[in-house]
Amino acid sequence: MTDTLTPVLSANWGTEESWTLEAYRAAGGYEAVGKALKMTPGEVTDLVKDSGLRGRGGAGFPTGMKWSFVPKDNPNPKYLVVNADESEPGTCKDMPLLLASPHTLVEGMIIASYAIDCHTAFVYIRGEVLHVIRRMQQAVAEAYDAGYLGTNILGSGYDLDIIVHAGAGAYICGEETALLDSLEGRRGQPRLRPPFPAVAGLYASPTVINNVESIASVPAIVKNGAAWFGSMGTEKSKGMTLYSLSGHVNRPGQFEAPLGITLRELLELSGGVRAGHELKFWTPGGSSTPILTAEHLDVPLDYEGMGGVGSMLGTKALQVFDETTSVVRTTLRWVEFYKHESCGKCTPCREGSWWLVQLLKSFEAGTAQDGDVDKLLDICDNMGGKSFCALADGAVACVTSAVRHFRDEFEAGYTTPAWEAFPYGRSALFEVNEKVEVHA
Amino acid sequence: MSGHEFQSFFPDSGEVDMSDTSTNIDETTMAELRELAGRYPRARSALLPMLHLVQSVDGRVSPAGVEACAEVLGITTAQVSGVATFYTMYRRRPGGTHHVGVCTTALCAVMGGDALLDSVSDKLGIHPDETTPDGRFSLERIECNAACDFAPVMMVNWEFMDNMTPARAEKLIDDLADGKEVTSTRGATITSWREAERVLAGFPDGRADEGPSAGEASLLGKSIAEANSWTAPNPEDLK
Repeated sequence: MTDTLTPVLSANWGTEESWTLEAYRAAGGYEAVGKALKMTPGEVTDLVKDSGLRGRGGAGFPTGMKWSFVPKDNPNPKYLVVNADESEPGTCKDMPLLLASPHTLVEGMIIASYAIDCHTAFVYIRGEVLHVIRRMQQAVAEAYDAGYLGTNILGSGYDLDIIVHAGAGAYICGEETALLDSLEGRRGQPRLRPPFPAVAGLYASPTVINNVESIASVPAIVKNGAAWFGSMGTEKSKGMTLYSLSGHVNRPGQFEAPLGITLRELLELSGGVRAGHELKFWTPGGSSTPILTAEHLDVPLDYEGMGGVGSMLGTKALQVFDETTSVVRTTLRWVEFYKHESCGKCTPCREGSWWLVQLLKSFEAGTAQDGDVDKLLDICDNMGGKSFCALADGAVACVTSAVRHFRDEFEAGYTTPAWEAFPYGRSALFEVNEKVEVHA
Repeated sequence: MSGHEFQSFFPDSGEVDMSDTSTNIDETTMAELRELAGRYPRARSALLPMLHLVQSVDGRVSPAGVEACAEVLGITTAQVSGVATFYTMYRRRPGGTHHVGVCTTALCAVMGGDALLDSVSDKLGIHPDETTPDGRFSLERIECNAACDFAPVMMVNWEFMDNMTPARAEKLIDDLADGKEVTSTRGATITSWREAERVLAGFPDGRADEGPSAGEASLLGKSIAEANSWTAPNPEDLK
């Protein structure tokens, strides 16, 4: 029986100058690289496969299997691209990881690059996090100076360069093919697949794209073994992971636990929903994962558990909202986000997200027409699964799940403004002078 | 005219502002743009960092900056403009010395972000997407900035200002206006938006060692684990 919380990735957070090479090495860092470079690339890939590590960025695809899709006979260079574009509403795990321990990612990138025979790797960080980028830039420079990057790493004959790349404000660039277009210096718009990036990715060459947390988990797996990793978590969702608790809870924060912990357990650890209030709805993994309610408190927070109740594990961003919160208002804000971030390539997403926002604004203002809930769902039906990427699916998921659980609140939008039914100041953490919300 | 007036759904989605042709781009800038292009296997990959550098020099994506990028990369100015207008961090008009962002995506909005934006807007006397007449502050209604466990979130020059309240925001703005030293809750001493853009372009400013390792919320799970003596399994026990 493993402990309730199992800090591995977060074990060195908060320690003296934890972001420096010296502190990272003092905590046992870079031991895994030495070990991996003595194995064959194939053995490293097999080890990660055996561990059962699945992608921590949302989709949950087995990481080792992704690496094994890189064709060995392709004459082009192979590339590793780490997705540090963390922008999914509610998601806030990769940024603290990179702020506190950027070398964990650098070490993971060296091992992963070695496994797929890559000699140039990239980390694409969203641009709006200056200090995270500073720490990452410095960590890479330190790693070069120490001989962990560059030519003939640790005398192994293996060469690797890492390029730290800042984005410029576009949620869509978290979508892997849009990220590649952006990294090629273009507008970040998703590509049609196939071909998949493993075959034709960056510069039309074989490319592996992994989330920060996925790659950061690799050094611990190499160091401690696949069995160790698999001793945490559940049958199909193995290992430890970062859960991010935010919203109306007494103590929000990051919790590193074996996959399969429940929201009830996490709420107990964080002192529960704020005093005098009760849970109304929550997201398991960002706004693109269908919302759940108090009836789902005991469902394991793993890939299968969340899938089984019609949602997704996603990024494990648990956003908790109490009974003061208007579902209509919250849904509108999420959909406004998707509208703004739709890249405009596919018509159902570009147009549909506009229509959804306009309709949801009328629900919020209490001026929706009788039958508009069905119209809302009809628009969703015309958007979901009809675009190149999953952005529209995310927009649709938050609307359809909100209507599924709180249809009466939407129907109240035929007559009553949301700010009258749920005075907005009551949801805030500080005293707010009530005034009628009118936004353009 | 037929009497039918086309109304754009994107009233503010104009092109690069060609009316202001002023620029500070000189030979040093050109050399740095070429250096950025040389860091990538294919030069065009440097376009986003190059545009960050243009902003740090000219305070916006200037017509001269677009031409400089096009020249260095051997692509057309239309291709550069197409990229510059896609990403929200690129400005078409000069911003303030300090760029203030208030998150109003769902969770922050509900937790007080809407009220915070109102109060910051009142304090500065400008709406989002505007700059104060003295050029000291610009304001933006930002989207989720990956700090939800520190909501409501505000950013100054893309540095975290966690757990913000209207009162704290007011003091912060006063201090910045008075030229006092202001520090990010999880970052460095606040410099300026232009200096921040230079770091994003890929020219470090030597401030990585400032600020804490982690915020309190980031350490919550770890501290609870320590208090309970909870750890990951010992690999030796599995052998």
